[in-house]
Amino acid sequence: MKLIRVRAIAKKELIQVFRDPLSLAMAFLMPVILLLIFGYAITMDVNNLRTVVYDLDKSSLSRELVAQFRESGYFTIVTILDRPSDVDAALDANRGQVALWIPADFSENLRRGKIAPLQVVVDGSDSNTATIALGYVEGVTERFGQRVTGGIARAPIDARVRVWYNPELKSRNYIIPGLIAVIMAVIAALLTSLTIAREWERGTMEQLIATPVKTTELIAGKLLPYFFIGFIDVAVSVAMTVFIFDVPLRGSLLLLAFLTSLFLFGGLSLGILISVVAKSQLVASQIAMVVSFLPAFLLSGFMYAISNMPLPLQNMTRIIPARYFVAILKGIFLKGSTLRQLATETILLTLFGIVTFALSVRKFKKRIV
Amino acid sequence: MFERIKEMVIKEFSQVFRDRRMKAIIFVTPILQLLIFGYAVTTDVKSINTAFYDLDHSYESRELGRRLEASGYFSITVTPSSAKEIGELLDRGRVLAAVQINKGFGRDLARGIPTEVQMIVDGTDSNTASVAMDYATRVITRFGREIGTRVGMQQVVKPARIDLRSRAWYNPELRSRNYNVPGVIAIIIMLTCLLLTAMAVVREREIGTMEQLMVTPLKPVELMLGKTIPFALISFFDMALVTTIGVFWFDVPIKGSIPLLVLSTAIYLLSVLGVGLFISTISRTQQQALMATFLFYIPAVLLSGFMFPIENMPVAIQYGTYLNPLRYFLVIIRGIFLKGNGIDILWPQMAALLLLGVVVITTSSLRFRKRLG
Repeated sequence: MKLIRVRAIAKKELIQVFRDPLSLAMAFLMPVILLLIFGYAITMDVNNLRTVVYDLDKSSLSRELVAQFRESGYFTIVTILDRPSDVDAALDANRGQVALWIPADFSENLRRGKIAPLQVVVDGSDSNTATIALGYVEGVTERFGQRVTGGIARAPIDARVRVWYNPELKSRNYIIPGLIAVIMAVIAALLTSLTIAREWERGTMEQLIATPVKTTELIAGKLLPYFFIGFIDVAVSVAMTVFIFDVPLRGSLLLLAFLTSLFLFGGLSLGILISVVAKSQLVASQIAMVVSFLPAFLLSGFMYAISNMPLPLQNMTRIIPARYFVAILKGIFLKGSTLRQLATETILLTLFGIVTFALSVRKFKKRIV
Repeated sequence: MFERIKEMVIKEFSQVFRDRRMKAIIFVTPILQLLIFGYAVTTDVKSINTAFYDLDHSYESRELGRRLEASGYFSITVTPSSAKEIGELLDRGRVLAAVQINKGFGRDLARGIPTEVQMIVDGTDSNTASVAMDYATRVITRFGREIGTRVGMQQVVKPARIDLRSRAWYNPELRSRNYNVPGVIAIIIMLTCLLLTAMAVVREREIGTMEQLMVTPLKPVELMLGKTIPFALISFFDMALVTTIGVFWFDVPIKGSIPLLVLSTAIYLLSVLGVGLFISTISRTQQQALMATFLFYIPAVLLSGFMFPIENMPVAIQYGTYLNPLRYFLVIIRGIFLKGNGIDILWPQMAALLLLGVVVITTSSLRFRKRLG
């Protein structure tokens, strides 16, 4: 492997990248847009649940209960219904997610010290929102019941729960560091998966083959420019995360830079491998989507916890480099992890990079077919 | 005209299927994706790895551990021997929660003296953490009430007088899969259709075969139809394929009408094809088309209500989502699958989707013609 030839290929590739400013601009725009969406547009927190009320009791107590729901901040009362069939209609048409059904003898029962049934229906289609909504409903009614019956009893066992690493339970702190890994996996695959296929398709590969450049040099040279683009992307993303989104960076920046390089090496090599195998850009783009984008998004543990997946799928996530990088980023950002704590991830990322690079060198056939 | 379009469609199909890998990709990848993602996208919280640090070793403390496990939400994977070990386990991510029971827990409970349980939750995943806290508190409180009643602590265990009877409609077992599989079908079809359309047109331009097509007597409209019809058909076929798997493999009930689903899919594909065609008119190379597709696709998925409810987004962005075809199709496909909604409920979404589709496809066709001319 001669460095001068690697440099020549890298230079050629870089010129080609700059000749396509639109793609380059999109490569820099993508992380910014994604971070802004995750930072500002979406939250995992559940509130403003659309609630409909069917009140048969129509007493001051039942109105108080409804008020307590409204004041909790989790429920927005959208309508008061008149007929039982309206409850079905409201949930069917998505106008309500939660329905409170207050029976006629609700206040009567409470006043007499009897047990007062209260019917609540939630739209279970979105199971996650529904589970959380049920928890809120339980909390509000419990508090209301205690207030009406007077006095707060001390429970025999007091559960004292503390939250570590992210005490305010801000979903942003959890999502954004992991998001950087996903963005990089996507960019790495989008950038490199077409590079070799493009040369074949346009017929410029023959020219490259005619030069004395060796396969290793060709692939290393092709990787380099994208490595720098990727690195700039990560730097911009980390800066945005810390300065705009106020996510604490508790660990070492140097360690982050080192592990980012390892991840980029693996991710870009995977893109090249796809490109070598596919030979056509249409095929390459489809493969890139299946093996890099979707797994990085869904199987990396960035949003959907790996421990909740079925066992075969959990094992499959082990070969997805984004999984390790997500763990690394979350660890360095939120827990201030050290290289020793991240040793497993580091070793596996290195291994992944070396194997994919070697595979793409082996699979690449330097001859015209 | 139809003769020429037919010829063009045949050419497109033979081009797609000439590549053996392409054939596999078109039919195998959507299935693969649905299988993987149908299993992966689960927001159910269960079997949280938990460390159980029992300093009391009493009947009561062991019973509490059993109760936590029996709830199904916690699985006790480690029983650490020192408090220091708990910190280490959480740091390494080996457990997400740790429960500590101090000495005297069982004795206090038996004597009717209020006592406590310590718990630490890893808050990195805020969603799982809050659900875990909620579950743990419920299990512990219930256990305490039970023991308290048994030993005669009635004075401190005033039961809440309201009997809350909650039910979840449409998805009574609260399976997140029922909610997510229809959504995953919608996003898989979108990506396949977008990427194929956007890249195939640019490909002709990039490898120089567009000139050959332009010297044929094909009119621009015919060329465009000839280019999009095959991908519309392929996407339709893929849709049928993944829907079948969703129903038979994942047991997701389809409560509504299948003809309605077919009709809505056709309207949905209209706007997706339109966007794909639009991307092809702004891209010179396949690289650009690929990047542009993802630049559209990822925000479209994130801002569609697929994972994050639209109501919780800032108002300005909520208005922006009205331009997203996926937003409407998700309501339609989930409505048909889970609620058995008919056209009487879904017509606003269908009308909006149709309008969007017509506008997008007209704009793209006009641009497409200009690019050719």
